[in-house]
Amino acid sequence: MGAWAIAVHGGAGVDPNLPKERQEEAKRLLTRCLDIGISALRSNLPAIDVVELVVRELETDPLFNSGRGSALTENGTVEMEASIMDGPKRRCGAVSGLTTVKNPVSLARLVMEKSPHSYLAFSGAEEFAKKQGVEMVDNEYFITEDNVGMLKLAKEANSILFDYRIPAVGTCGAGAAMDSPLQMNGLPISVYAPETVGCVVVDKQGRCAAATSTGGLMNKMSGRIGDSPLIGSGTYASELCGVSCTGEGEAIIRSTLAREVSAVMEYKRLNLHEAVDYVIKNRLDEGKAGLIAVSKDGEVACGFNTTGMFRGCATEDGFMEVGVW
Amino acid sequence: MGWAIAVHGGAGDIPLSLPPEKRLPREAGLRRCLDVGIAALKAHNHPLDVVELVVRELENNPHFNAGKGSVLTTSGTVEMEACIMDGKTMKCGAVSGVSTVVNAISLARLVMDKTPHIYLAFDGAEAFAREQGLETVEMSHFITPENIERLKQAQEADRVQLDYTQPIPKEVPKEAAVADGDSQIGTVGCVAVDSEGSLATATSTGGIVNKMVGRIGDTPIIGAGTYANHLCAISATGRGEAIIRGTIARDVAAVMEFKGLSLKEAAAYVIDQVPRGNAGLIAVSSTGEVTMPFNTTGMFRACATEDGYSEIAIWDSPTK
Repeated sequence: MGAWAIAVHGGAGVDPNLPKERQEEAKRLLTRCLDIGISALRSNLPAIDVVELVVRELETDPLFNSGRGSALTENGTVEMEASIMDGPKRRCGAVSGLTTVKNPVSLARLVMEKSPHSYLAFSGAEEFAKKQGVEMVDNEYFITEDNVGMLKLAKEANSILFDYRIPAVGTCGAGAAMDSPLQMNGLPISVYAPETVGCVVVDKQGRCAAATSTGGLMNKMSGRIGDSPLIGSGTYASELCGVSCTGEGEAIIRSTLAREVSAVMEYKRLNLHEAVDYVIKNRLDEGKAGLIAVSKDGEVACGFNTTGMFRGCATEDGFMEVGVW
Repeated sequence: MGWAIAVHGGAGDIPLSLPPEKRLPREAGLRRCLDVGIAALKAHNHPLDVVELVVRELENNPHFNAGKGSVLTTSGTVEMEACIMDGKTMKCGAVSGVSTVVNAISLARLVMDKTPHIYLAFDGAEAFAREQGLETVEMSHFITPENIERLKQAQEADRVQLDYTQPIPKEVPKEAAVADGDSQIGTVGCVAVDSEGSLATATSTGGIVNKMVGRIGDTPIIGAGTYANHLCAISATGRGEAIIRGTIARDVAAVMEFKGLSLKEAAAYVIDQVPRGNAGLIAVSSTGEVTMPFNTTGMFRACATEDGYSEIAIWDSPTK
C-alpha cells in the first residue's frame, strides 16, 4: 500500500509586482483547497473523487480563472472548459464552451461516466448538463467586476490577455502594463496571469487522477478552445502519474505537455521529478508554462519556466507547501 | 530519402463482403487523391499545402466520412471537425462543430495561419469562416441518402440494445450492431514528407454515426488523431474515445524518439496497445518511410514513395 499525495495550482505566470495582499489571498485559497483534498484522502476517497472535489472548490471561488471568476470572451461572456482523467484505465471526460454549468469539472466527470463519449462541447454539452440535472445558473453568475474591467483594458490594448488580477488604478490601464520587460504570449507580464486551476492526486491505492478547469484567455474569440480540455495537453493521467498544466495554451498543446511527463517516465524510465524537469526544460521551446504532477509511488512535483506559479502540494508523511515563486 | 505520401479513408469493421458498388468508388477516390498528392509533391509544393489539398479532395468525395458524406449526429445534423499540423514549426490548427463550411480542413488551416489560437469550435468557428470568406453552403449539401439510412439503422440498433441491456458500455462499438457493417467508415487523412524532410498531417471527419450533438472525437485533438514533429507525421482513424485515451498520434513519435524504434516498429507498437478493432493510422517519417498499420478488419488506404512504390488497399495484412 502506497502513500497519498496531492497538488493544486491556480495558474503559471505571475507578475513580480503582484501586491502582497493578492499573493496572500491566493495562498489562503490554495491552502483551503489542499486541506479539503487532504481530508478526503484521509477518509479514503479515491483519487478521481478528490480531484473533482478540489477543482469544484477552485471553480466556486471567484479568485482564479475558472467557474466563477472566469476570464471573458471578446463578447463579454464566459465560456468555460474542463477535463478530468482517471489513471487506472485512462478513462477521461472533457467539456468546452460551457456558459451555464456551475461546475464544469463535474460535467466533465459525467461525460466520462454517463455518456458514450469523451468530450462534449457548446450547446450539446449544455443539453447533456440539463438532462443530467446538474446545477445550472445564468452566465452573469460567472462574471466578476474585476474581469469586466480587465476585458476593457484588453480591448484597449487590442490584444489577447490572460487573466489579470491587479485592479486598474485610476488611468494606469494598458499604458502602465507595457513597462515591465517580462513577457508571456507576447504580452507584458503585468497584464498576464492565466490562472487556470488544476489538481492532481494519488491515493493510498496508488491510483492517480488529474483535473483542470478554466475560463480561458481574456478577450478570446468566442469558440476558442485552449489546452485545458485537451487530453494529453492540459490534463493526463495513467498508471504512472497524474498531470495538470497551465500557461500559454497554444504552447502546451504543441508540446502535448501533460502526456509528455508520463511518456518520458514510461519510455525513458525517468522518475517523476526528472520527468517534470526534463519536460519543462526541453519541451516548451519558446513557450511559457507550468505543471503539477504526482506519481503512483506517492511523489509530488511541480515545474514551471514562468515567473511564478500559484501552487500547493502535500504528501502523507506530513509535508505541505504553498507557494507563488 | 525522397518524398512520401499516404492517405486514408477510415479504419473499421469493413466487411470482406463489401459489395463492389461500395468498394469501387472508394478505391477510385483513394487513387485519385493519391495522384493529386503525388503531383503536388513532384511540383515541390510544401507538404502542408499537399495534405490540405488532398484532404479537400477527400472531403468533397461523398463516399468518405468527411465534408460531403459526413455521418450524422443523433439529430440528423452534420458537425464536422478537422485538424492540420506542420512538423517543422509544430504549428497547428483545428476546428469542430462545423456545419456549413465546405472544407473544414481549410478552416483549420486558417485558424493556424490567421489567428493567435489553435482551435475554434461551433458558432465561433462558423463566424470565423464567414469573416475569412470561406465557401459556405446549406448543411443539406453534406447529407447523403446513405448516411440518412445509416443513422436510421444505428438508432434502431440502439433501441434493440436498450431493450435488454443497461447503459451502453463504451467498449461496445455501437456501429457493430448495424446490419451491413458499412457504417464504420471513420475519417479521412493525409500525411506527407518532401525530399527535404519537412512533414505535415491533416485529418478531417464527420465523426461517428448517431453521435450526441456537441461530441468531439480524436481528430481535432493534437496528439490523439493528428500529430507531426521533426520525426514523423501521423493521422489516425477508428474509435475516437480509444484514440484519445491512447494519445495515439503523439505516441508514435514518442516511441521513435525515446525507444529508438523505426517508423514501422513504432507505429505497429502503438496500434498494438489499442484494444483490437479500434484504430488504424498512416504515418511518414522525415527519411521518406511510410507505414499504415491497423487493428480493425480493414482500413481504406493508399500510399506512394518517390522510388516508385505505390499501394491501394482495404484489407490485407494488418501491420505494414
